[in-house]
Amino acid sequence: MKTKDTLKIAVEGLTTHKSRTMLTILGIVIGIASIMLVMSIGQSAQNLILGQIQSFGPTLVSVHPGRRPQSLAGFTGVLFNDSLKQRDVDTLAQKTNVPDAVRIAPYVFTSTPVSFGSESYTTFVMGSSQDVFNSFHLDVAQGVALTDSDVASRSSVAVIGQKLANELFGANNPIGQNIKVKNKNFRVIGVLAPKGQMVSLNWDEIVLTPYSSLQQYVLGIHYFNEISVEASSLATVPTVIADITRVLRQNHNITDPTKDDFYIQTQEDAANTVSSITDILTLLLTSVAAISLVVGGIGIMNIMLVSVTERTREIGLRKSLGATDKNILVQFLTEAIMLTLAGGIIGIILGTSLGLAITYMIDKFGGLSFPYSFSLSGAILGVIVSSVIGLAFGIFPARQASQKSPIEALRYE
Amino acid sequence: MEKLIEVKNLTKVYEEGDSKTFAVDDISLTIDRGEFVSIVGPSGSGKSTLMHILGCLDRPTSGKYFFNGKEINSYSDEELAKIRNKEIGFVFQAFNLLPRLSVMENVMMPLVYAGIPESKRLTQCERAVDLVGLHDREKYQTAKLSGGQKQRVAIARAIVNEPAIIFADEPTGNLDSKSGAVVLEFLQKLNKEGHTIVIVTHETYVAESARRIISIKDGKIESDMKVEHQRIVSKDALIK
Repeated sequence: MKTKDTLKIAVEGLTTHKSRTMLTILGIVIGIASIMLVMSIGQSAQNLILGQIQSFGPTLVSVHPGRRPQSLAGFTGVLFNDSLKQRDVDTLAQKTNVPDAVRIAPYVFTSTPVSFGSESYTTFVMGSSQDVFNSFHLDVAQGVALTDSDVASRSSVAVIGQKLANELFGANNPIGQNIKVKNKNFRVIGVLAPKGQMVSLNWDEIVLTPYSSLQQYVLGIHYFNEISVEASSLATVPTVIADITRVLRQNHNITDPTKDDFYIQTQEDAANTVSSITDILTLLLTSVAAISLVVGGIGIMNIMLVSVTERTREIGLRKSLGATDKNILVQFLTEAIMLTLAGGIIGIILGTSLGLAITYMIDKFGGLSFPYSFSLSGAILGVIVSSVIGLAFGIFPARQASQKSPIEALRYE
Repeated sequence: MEKLIEVKNLTKVYEEGDSKTFAVDDISLTIDRGEFVSIVGPSGSGKSTLMHILGCLDRPTSGKYFFNGKEINSYSDEELAKIRNKEIGFVFQAFNLLPRLSVMENVMMPLVYAGIPESKRLTQCERAVDLVGLHDREKYQTAKLSGGQKQRVAIARAIVNEPAIIFADEPTGNLDSKSGAVVLEFLQKLNKEGHTIVIVTHETYVAESARRIISIKDGKIESDMKVEHQRIVSKDALIK
């Protein structure tokens, strides 16, 4: 028997009960569509975050206090570890110590209420040097930027994000006004041009102050949460990392590398961390969606069993005309696989359309540049998984069909 | 005459609990090529079971079966399927056509399982459909045909593979007398052209259109005789 004939007979079998066929594959359609959706949205989100990390500049190296966090919860430890001091910044800044570094910028952060008059707003406050404007390509729309002399003189000045300026001052000019950061007065000297969200940081809601003022007046600490070092080129990143490690170990009197009280992260490391997190989330959601495929597969098996019973006489007839057990088995198996494969393909189309719609909405109304990425691996997985489901759940009904005795099948009423 | 079918001491036993039913009880017979045989008997006599065994649809409990000189008792299901496909044509009481398929597609089914190339199939099908006079109905869905026409499609399907023998199980049972006559006429015509035909029936007037009648009762052959005056359907019509 020829494959073409098998396919033709299977199509005839399926088109006899069109609405039943459509309803049967619905489970598979939904399952594959959700897998497609989860995988492509997951991929879009990952691309978005990775793109932003890359935009920080691949030559940026950041030094964090404490041990390298092994889990997500470990990151909180970074905020309370005091190992990175002014002395470290100064030694790192010496050209002889880290010759390939072009910029050294220390940072401190906190999240605290910021208020003007009766308006109060809890937001992210970042203490930095003037380098933050170069490193993150920030523009000042109004007023002036922070300078190194502000840092040196511990001035109580601040540059604030566009959205925060609107929240606190409305239509009034914020320049020259005093805002309270945790009850300490800071004079607004500049407003950032709109920049938007970057990973977890929203530049439009930020308060930027000299790190020295934030350390002394607000936080009451003498250490840093991060030191950012920019290498002269991508090629010198490893040398810079080695230099920083050597200098800091020297400063902190560390001889055993396992006892390091700091860790260095490149943008690549950050990207890998984000990738592993989004991968895990995608996998989790995909496996939830996969459950619906099992349910769909059972539905297929159920209908195939009904179909085999209904077509007992047809099976008997085909056998009397010379169909072998194998012919009948292959015919019913082909029907099952065609059903699930059709479901899979419709699911891929549906999942892709939904994904496109959702990313369009996020892009349009969420204010995030969120490009849709078609998940090719999702599509291939969908095709394979749906065929395998057809095979797995179709084999039992098909075997039942093939093992019917021709006489009993012909006599069946 | 060349022997086409030879069975020796054929037995088919159905066991239900402790009771044994001999549907076919020690039957031996021979059918030669070119014969036209009726197997008659009341319902439950075992004539259908005998036909199913002769038609390779069922296996005997014991006894030997020679088809075309070869002993086929030990044949596998697949080998039997091949014999049914190439050597045997069936005509059933209930037609057993697939209603949503066209006349041509129904007739073509044995050729599909034989793996015959598509171009050759069409010529073979057309010849068979022509022979039963349904050339103008080729594309019709069989569901839309009358009973008599359906049975003629079934005959075309039975002869399309040019089998050695045709088994007709109560071929007129679902037809009015006029359509039944037409069907019998076709079977007689095919026999005249050299086809071997076996009809299973419980009606004497159908049986008498054959040239040999084997009567079965309680699974045994009661009589086996030549028909002195074959009822030629085309001339005598059918008198019930």
